[in-house]
Amino acid sequence: MALPNKILGETKADRDPKVVEREVDILIVGGGMAACGTAFEVKKWASDDTKILLCDKAAMDRSGAVAQGLSAINTYVGTNSPEDYVRMVRNDLMGLVREDLIFDLGRHVDDSVHLFEEWGLPVWKKDADGKTLDGNKGREMGTLKGGATPVRTGKWQIMINGESYKKIVAEAAKTALGMDNIIERCFIVELLLDAKNPNQIAGAVGFSVRENIVYIIKAKTIMVACGGAVNIYQPRSVGEGKGRAWYPVWNAGSTYTMAMKVGAELSMMENRFTPARFKDGYGPVGAWFLLFKAKTLNGLGEDFAGSAAAKEELAKYAPYGTAAVTPTCLRNHLMLAEMKAGRGPIMMDTVTALANLGKTMDKKELKHLESEAWEDFLDMTCGQANLWCATNTEPEKKNSEVMPTEPYLLGSHSGCCGMWVSGPDEDWVPASYKWGHKGKIYNRMTTVVGLFTSGDGVGCSGHKFSSGSHAEGRMVAKQMVKFIRDNADFKPAIKQTTAELVDMVYKPVRIYLDNCAYTTAVDINPNYIKPSGMALRLMKATHEYGAGTATYYQTSSKSLEIVMDMLQTMREDCEKLGAGDLHELMRAWEIYHRIWTVEAHLRHIQFRKETRYPGFYYQADYPGQDDANWFCFVNSKYDPAACKWDVFKKDYIKLIA
Amino acid sequence: MPSFVIAEKCDGCKGGDKTACMYICPNDLMVLDTNAMKAYNQEPDQCWECFSCVKICPTQAIEVRGYSDFVPLGSSIMPLMSTEDVVWTCKFRNGLIKRFKFPIRTTAEGQANGYLSLKGKDLDSQLLSTEEADGFKMIKPTLV
Repeated sequence: MALPNKILGETKADRDPKVVEREVDILIVGGGMAACGTAFEVKKWASDDTKILLCDKAAMDRSGAVAQGLSAINTYVGTNSPEDYVRMVRNDLMGLVREDLIFDLGRHVDDSVHLFEEWGLPVWKKDADGKTLDGNKGREMGTLKGGATPVRTGKWQIMINGESYKKIVAEAAKTALGMDNIIERCFIVELLLDAKNPNQIAGAVGFSVRENIVYIIKAKTIMVACGGAVNIYQPRSVGEGKGRAWYPVWNAGSTYTMAMKVGAELSMMENRFTPARFKDGYGPVGAWFLLFKAKTLNGLGEDFAGSAAAKEELAKYAPYGTAAVTPTCLRNHLMLAEMKAGRGPIMMDTVTALANLGKTMDKKELKHLESEAWEDFLDMTCGQANLWCATNTEPEKKNSEVMPTEPYLLGSHSGCCGMWVSGPDEDWVPASYKWGHKGKIYNRMTTVVGLFTSGDGVGCSGHKFSSGSHAEGRMVAKQMVKFIRDNADFKPAIKQTTAELVDMVYKPVRIYLDNCAYTTAVDINPNYIKPSGMALRLMKATHEYGAGTATYYQTSSKSLEIVMDMLQTMREDCEKLGAGDLHELMRAWEIYHRIWTVEAHLRHIQFRKETRYPGFYYQADYPGQDDANWFCFVNSKYDPAACKWDVFKKDYIKLIA
Repeated sequence: MPSFVIAEKCDGCKGGDKTACMYICPNDLMVLDTNAMKAYNQEPDQCWECFSCVKICPTQAIEVRGYSDFVPLGSSIMPLMSTEDVVWTCKFRNGLIKRFKFPIRTTAEGQANGYLSLKGKDLDSQLLSTEEADGFKMIKPTLV
């Protein structure tokens, strides 16, 4: 006799969870860099009797994109100007960005970096002779705030010893907000609109992944900052390696889905990021290009990116392609051209780079250089270091392959999808870029009254990275306090009854319990689908039709029509998701969030009849850029009352020369 | 590259107030089998190899084995954490061993300043609290 099937997970889900109802002034949804910024800043402005709550799906010490650590802070303005920062972001993102948001971020970001260093983050420095000191020795040179010189790789990046980056930032956030005001392992899954004001936020609902508890939280204002979207396209590794996503595998598009479902306007959801990384291990390449001056070679050993043919190709995308720094998507575009022409694979020439650097170095300096190369992986992508060990790769002796990954959606790295938010309340910000409520303007508020976002949630404003996300979270903290001051008489009221909300959140559990006894194997049942199965279904559909790696990131109008139809069916089948334990309930809600986010992404690609980001995706029916018709943002809005989508153009305004 | 728990070394953190790996895993993968009092990774193909569980385990019972779909057997990387540094031991498949030591923080744990007594003054300005305290002046862009 076969052994009985074991239900995945140790915490079984009950049909009737305990309900915890809370009423607060300010709710922070998320626990990553942005939310830690908000948690640090909010009490500096709020009165002592303000009720504030933060809900994190994981544990703040190691949640979000910086969980594993980082080897660099990619945005530190320093002696550069915020105007130059705007120009860099604009060029990388092919011209279409919100310059107000980027400038605003650029003038605040260094303050967060200075705090990180004060809190204990080791930052590399240059000594008086221009030599590199690590974050421990670098302290002899003083602090960045005090004028010490960081070690720059590119114009904007500074090197750190960032293994404990998130722990340090979370520590300050937790101390500032107080652990009594934080619920870890609480996954918020839906936002709730006010019963009386149809476009105003009033609360959120979620559940504990540790106990059978549903949380119903009323709030006057909410910030949602739960990162981008990962595992939405079939990854290049489909076995255990599925987890080796470039961006954190737990980012489920929750930010976008929760906000769009209450009617928040989205912007530039067609934008995506498919980073070129070391193949399979997905270790960072930035330090190799910028710090070690390595080149990538095609399969014939040619420096293809520096060729005359490459220059000619880039000229087609002027002025972006001809700028001093080639946009990320176009670097991919050149790489893909080689691969498609049969001139792959693409190799990072680590051997030559280290040999060249070694010419001017003594033995001790060389040893230090080797250590820097390994640290780049060990501080942020440990698995890449192990892959080098497993394949006997010493970078000074053996080159490593580079390859573009599966697509990701995000707003803080070299991508810019997200929500359409207000800019700051200042005279230089155009009228169409700022809004608020009752005559007041609230920076980073979405188009839903009282709902804010930051980090990956803010659209049209990429290249914030860890430091910028933290600074933006802090900016939002102040705006939320201002909002509750200005709207002191607002009493949030939730339309749905407690029973309705519990039924919505625990529906996958109830469907499972109602049907699981019907078959002998819990994963195969005609009356429900497990989230693991639904996840594969989504990834197969996007892979084949939605410009995944299967087609070298190419889609077409017909393919989009097919995949949109498939997504509609998936959303219907999500009504039959089944979850036997709390971990699986989390997975059920995550796949639901992913499907909505992907739908927004593809709806935008369908609407934009050009190929704005060659190298990230290609619309075969509309190749090339069409500035005459498409030099504008694409925004969309889901109407929660009518359950209908609207996709439309929005004017781009150039602010900075 | 999923984490795995060495049965002999794991005691389920029975002496502590929580199971450390289960507490920290960002993706809710590490769980405690309460009958065996041993932790395990319940969904290895969703492991980001972030090493959070490896680093926090009080009995060094957790290690990582490379993803079976592309990592050959025989290598390992292991961090040893102290309050100021991490020491990595990287073992190659061919037996080569490299060790690296990197600083992780320059302050004692718990010392990150929450600025508990700092209160902002002008809620209507765009200044952050520490910027305001430092006398920072908000700048405007040079427009087109």
